[in-house]
Amino acid sequence: MSDRVINIVLGGLGGQGVLTASDILADAAFRAGFDVKKSELHGMSQRGGSVSSDVRYGPRVLSPMVPAGEADFLLVLEPTQVEVNRPVLKPGGVLITTDVIPEGTLKNKKSLNVAMLGALSALLDIPESAWLDAIHARLAAKLHRLNDEAFANGRNAARRTFLPLSQRGIEGDLATPNPITAVKSPPAPL
Amino acid sequence: MDLERQLLNGDEAVALAALHAGVALGTGYPGTPSTEILEYLDYLGGRAQWSPNEKVALEVGLGVAFAGGRALVTMKHVGLNVAADPLFTATYTDVDGGLVIVSADDPGMASSQNEQDNRHYARAAVAPMLEPRDSQEAYDHTLAAFEISERWKIPVILRLTTRICHSKTLVTPRRHVPPPPAPGFRRDVPARVMIPAYAKPAHHRLRAKMAEIAAWNEANGFNRILPGSRELGIVGSGIAAVHALEAAPDASHLTIGMTWPLPLETIRQFAASVDRVLVIEEGDPILFESLRAAGIPAEGKPEMYRFGELNVPRVRRILAGDTSPEAPPPKGKPPELCQGCSHRDVFEVLRDMDCIVSGDIGCYTLGVLPPFSAMDTCVCMGASIGVGLGMRHTLPPDEARRVVSVIGDSTFVHSGITGLAEMVYNPPETGHVVVILDNGTTAMTGQQENPGTGRSLNHDPTGKIDFEALGRAMGIQNVHSLNRFTDGHLLEELLKTLLEKPETSLVVVRQPCVLAAPKIRFYEKAALEKMSHACAAMPAD
Repeated sequence: MSDRVINIVLGGLGGQGVLTASDILADAAFRAGFDVKKSELHGMSQRGGSVSSDVRYGPRVLSPMVPAGEADFLLVLEPTQVEVNRPVLKPGGVLITTDVIPEGTLKNKKSLNVAMLGALSALLDIPESAWLDAIHARLAAKLHRLNDEAFANGRNAARRTFLPLSQRGIEGDLATPNPITAVKSPPAPL
Repeated sequence: MDLERQLLNGDEAVALAALHAGVALGTGYPGTPSTEILEYLDYLGGRAQWSPNEKVALEVGLGVAFAGGRALVTMKHVGLNVAADPLFTATYTDVDGGLVIVSADDPGMASSQNEQDNRHYARAAVAPMLEPRDSQEAYDHTLAAFEISERWKIPVILRLTTRICHSKTLVTPRRHVPPPPAPGFRRDVPARVMIPAYAKPAHHRLRAKMAEIAAWNEANGFNRILPGSRELGIVGSGIAAVHALEAAPDASHLTIGMTWPLPLETIRQFAASVDRVLVIEEGDPILFESLRAAGIPAEGKPEMYRFGELNVPRVRRILAGDTSPEAPPPKGKPPELCQGCSHRDVFEVLRDMDCIVSGDIGCYTLGVLPPFSAMDTCVCMGASIGVGLGMRHTLPPDEARRVVSVIGDSTFVHSGITGLAEMVYNPPETGHVVVILDNGTTAMTGQQENPGTGRSLNHDPTGKIDFEALGRAMGIQNVHSLNRFTDGHLLEELLKTLLEKPETSLVVVRQPCVLAAPKIRFYEKAALEKMSHACAAMPAD
């Protein structure tokens, strides 16, 4: 369906795996056959400061940076970083916070970034196999099982929380405000 | 050779091209956003090494090129200031192997102390400059830079910016690159010994080379014309040109790949094909001024867009002539010294002692921020020592005795050693105290090795500089080392004693960076194992 560029911003704090997550997302979109660009600022990222990364994919991507107010999806790994990043989201864009992951269901907090990608994956037109291949390519083999589970956790949780892309309004038109996607943060999971 | 399409950032694309070009050596000094180039070259199996600083890196690269090998020399924008001395005369010389210098600029200062625009260097040092727009062009331009360098026997600058270095885009490795000729010494004194008698004709040769390269750029350069509306033609380069393509999809676009020497006739023809020409460039109005100087009626951007990075919304504002104040970006959480970082204690002591702290470049520059607020100056690599000495010479004695210079291990090797020479040679009346914060790694840029760690870029053991022995050999009167784990509590007392002495003092405070410590233990263990294998393999006497 992506006949236009999909804009995603990932935010969080240094050390949370924001850049790893955006690497995996960009690789998954690449494996799904899209043109993709990813942009971020390194340098201060390991020292606990705010970190964000932009990923854009579609038939042809120009600038690697998501213009402010044009993100279709905003994924934030740290609650304190939601307001800092909110201006990137377009009206009707989808905010995914850690609330989407049911409390106490992650075996290891370090896989939060991949669990959040799982949640995002439920809303994107990238095949699950491309996601898993991208996760396995980016992470050490001993971490695959843990992260596969985290990914499935997030993916299932998001399916309970959000309507999938194909069932939302006019297909392919994410600009159409959708009462479900417009909620400030997802309702508490079941 | 892996010719599959892949998703690479600009740094990785440069490294892949360098590998495909068969570089004999990649050398440089770590600096955001350029650091990953040599790390990736090493990862790919190429030969890469860190130099103590960019000047040495460029000199080593020049030697490689004189010997017929291809050399890649990488640095961040301010690194080219350090390497400027060899650069300005290297262009006079004839290289045999290709010499490509990567300058990674940081408009917007994501991780830098200034936002200098290194396009000025191409003109000032008379070197061809290529500016890729994405990772594909970073790959293509690197290969082209080696070809240009060898064809005209001239160093070529590849200018990247933060967004090129750290954006991942698709790259298809395209060409089979002819391997460089076998290295060998070719004596060519007039082309390589820059005494005035030889440098005078060399300068003329250099200008002639540039004229030929300019003609080549008109005909064969990487200038891309995207015809569109007649009303507006946009001239740009690098990432700014990409933002412009998105912000003004209906306009005509001319994107310049080699931005020095400029393809002025190509630009003149493009300008004649449209009603209005607008230059979209990040940083200083270099392209704009060059076009105006050539009589091309171009318009530039308002002054406010000289500052910071451009992006699509800012280019839209330039197109609309919008000079209204821009909304400040939302304030995120600033970086801070890590929990458990050894620098924390030192800055607490310096703060509590009310020292005047002449600081330097590295993680520890974060000591300027609360809760430490214990840094008073930070200018460039190594400046802590010279600036500290200058303040000591000038301040009233009571204040002078509070001045301490603080410098990291990698920064000390980079530019601090000459500062120590100055301290020994011109000691202030009140003496001086230099503290080296040795955390066993070049932490700020992502934990690279340096001559103080005793390991090379790929973490194998190599020679190691002993800071204390160096200090003593240079004639510093008091040389102390302090293990922060066991003797951290002694630092305050030690500093008090040394600050009261009208003597020169060097204190090395050691504790591995908390982020790097596990890796350092791993490298040390690997080195020991390697050594024991080597011993086992040795024939018994």
